[in-house]
Amino acid sequence: MSSSIPSVPALRLDGVRKVYGTGENAIVAVDHASLSVGGGEIVALLGPSGSGKTTLLSIAGGLLAATEGSVVVGAEDITGHSPRELTEFRRSKVGFVFQSVNLVPFLTAEENLLVVAELAGERGSARKAARARAKDLLAELGLSHRTSNLPSQLSGGERQRVAIGRALFNSPALVLFDEPTSALDTKIGEQVMELIQAEMRSRGTAAVIVTHDTRMTHYADRTVQIIDGVLADGVPGDGVPATADDHH
Amino acid sequence: MNLALTELRRQPSRFAVATVVLTFLSLLLLLLGGLLDGLYLGSTGAIRAQRADVIAYSESARDSFLRSRVTADMRETVEGVDGVTEVGGLGFTLLGATVPGEADLADVAVAGYELAPSGVPDPPPAGRAWADDTLQDAGVSIGDTLLVGPAATPIVVDGWVEDTNYLQQGALWVTLGTWREVQNANRPDAFVADGVVQVLIVRGDGDLAAAVDEATGSTSSLTRDQAVNALPGVKAQSSTFNVIIYSTLAVVLAVVGLFFSLLTLERTGLYGVLKAIGASTRRLFAGVVLQAVAVAVLAFAIGGFLAWLADRALPGEVPLQLTVGRYVFTFVALIVAAVLGSAISLRRVTRIDPASAIGSAA
Repeated sequence: MSSSIPSVPALRLDGVRKVYGTGENAIVAVDHASLSVGGGEIVALLGPSGSGKTTLLSIAGGLLAATEGSVVVGAEDITGHSPRELTEFRRSKVGFVFQSVNLVPFLTAEENLLVVAELAGERGSARKAARARAKDLLAELGLSHRTSNLPSQLSGGERQRVAIGRALFNSPALVLFDEPTSALDTKIGEQVMELIQAEMRSRGTAAVIVTHDTRMTHYADRTVQIIDGVLADGVPGDGVPATADDHH
Repeated sequence: MNLALTELRRQPSRFAVATVVLTFLSLLLLLLGGLLDGLYLGSTGAIRAQRADVIAYSESARDSFLRSRVTADMRETVEGVDGVTEVGGLGFTLLGATVPGEADLADVAVAGYELAPSGVPDPPPAGRAWADDTLQDAGVSIGDTLLVGPAATPIVVDGWVEDTNYLQQGALWVTLGTWREVQNANRPDAFVADGVVQVLIVRGDGDLAAAVDEATGSTSSLTRDQAVNALPGVKAQSSTFNVIIYSTLAVVLAVVGLFFSLLTLERTGLYGVLKAIGASTRRLFAGVVLQAVAVAVLAFAIGGFLAWLADRALPGEVPLQLTVGRYVFTFVALIVAAVLGSAISLRRVTRIDPASAIGSAA
C-alpha cells in the first residue's frame, strides 16, 4: 500500500507545541509533536478525550496557531500566516469534515457543496463548472437522487457523505476528519469509513482522521497515538511507539 | 446563490417577528411624519407661498402677524429703501364662516393681499375671494357666499388655490380693502385704519432686512423662512414630532440590533463551520447586514402601503399629509437604522473562532 503513496508530504508538523495560558496556569495541549503525512496517505490520529488530538488537527488545518514549531501543508508553510491568509488557505488548500456534520441547514445537498465555490467567489462559467462538479461528486458519493434535498431530509450517513463531498469539492491535497463516525451507528460508520478510504485512494488525497474508536483505525494506512499532547506511532498495546514522523 | 438571501427565502419564518415589528415601526414613522408634515404645511402654506425677500413687521409685534401693524408712513419709508423693488401689504384675520347648506362653521383665515403669492392669482374684486381648496372638506363650493364672522360679512368664492392655509384654517384671499372690512366688522377690538396692514411683503436685492429696519427704525424684518418658523406653534410642533420620530428610529435600531444579535448567537456554530471552510468575517457580516436591509425594505414596503391606506381612510380634519419626501426620508432612515443595528453583530461575528467547529458535537 505504501508503495502507491506519493513521496511529497501533504502535511509536515515539526516540533509543534501548543500552550494555553501562561505561567503557573499554562496547559500544554500539544508537546513538540512532529508528524509527516505523505501525499495520498491516510493517517488515523487516535487518542482519548483531552489528549490534544483536536488541537493538533486544528493546527494542521490552520484553525489554530502553534505556540512553537512549524506547519507545512503541501508546499505552503502556514506557520506565520495572518488570520486572513489562513482563511484563504482553508478555503483553497484543505478540506474539513466535522464531528457533527454541520451542513448549512437551509441549503440543498448540491448547494452545500457549492458553498465552497461561493466562498471562493466563483462566477459565470466557473460557477457553471462548479455546479457540474457538484453533481458529479454527489453521484460518485451515491447521492445523485438526493441533490435537491435539504440536510433535514437526509439520513445521518447521507449527511456525512455530503460533508465529505464538500471537503473534497476544491480538490485539496489534505482532508482533515474530526471524529467522522462518532454520530453514526457502527454499520453506517463503517460504510462511511469505506467511502472515505475509497475516495482518498482514488484521488490520491491525504487524510488525517481523528478518532477514539480503534475499530476504525484499520481503514488508515497508519495510526498515530496522541496521549497528553505527545505523539507516538501505533495502536495502543501494540508495542513500543516509534516517532510519528519516521515514515517520511 | 447568496447565502444570506437564500436563507431569507427558504426560512422566512425566522425573520417574521423582526419584519412585523419593523413594519409597525415604519408605519408609525410614516404616520408621525405625515402628521408633522400635515400640521406644518397646514399652518405655514400662506407664508411659504409668499414671493418675499423679507417680511417687515412692526417692531413691537415680536414677529407675530396678528399683533403687527404697519402704517402708511412706514410703508412709504420702506418703498424708498435702496434695493427695494416692490412692496405690498398683507393681513390675516382668523374667523368662523357660515357655509350655505352646512350646519358647522368653517374655520377660515381671511388674507388681504396686494402682491400675488405663488399659485394665487392677482387680487379678486372687492367682496370676492380665492379660496384654499381644503375648504371643500367644509362643504364650500365655487360661487358660494360665505358669511364670515359674527358680523356675517359676505365673501363670494371665485375659485380655488392650493397649499395656502394659515394656522390650520382655510385661506380666503381677498383685497386689502375687503380684509379691513372683515377685520373691523368682526374684530372691532383690533381695528385697522385705512392704509394700515399687518406686515409688508418686500421684494428687492441686497441685505434688505437690515436696510429696511434701519430706514424705518420701527420695523423688525424676517426672511420668509424665518417668518415661517416664527408662526405660533410651528417650532414647537416640529421639535416635538422630531423628538418622537428620532426616538422611534432609535427603537428601530435597537430592534434590529437585538434581533440580529440573537440570530448571530443562534448561528455561532454555523458561522464557526463557515469560517473553518474559508468564509471571512467580512463576508459573514455582510450577509447579516444584507438580511437586515432586506427585512427593512420589506417592512417599509408593507408599512408604506398601510400608511397610504390610512391616509385614504382617515377623515379630512386629521392633518395627515404623506409626501414623497416623507416616504424617502423614512426609507433612508430605516435603511440606515438597519445597517447600524446589524453592525452591533459585527463584534460577535468577529469573535467567532473557526476552531470552534472542530471538536464540537453541537
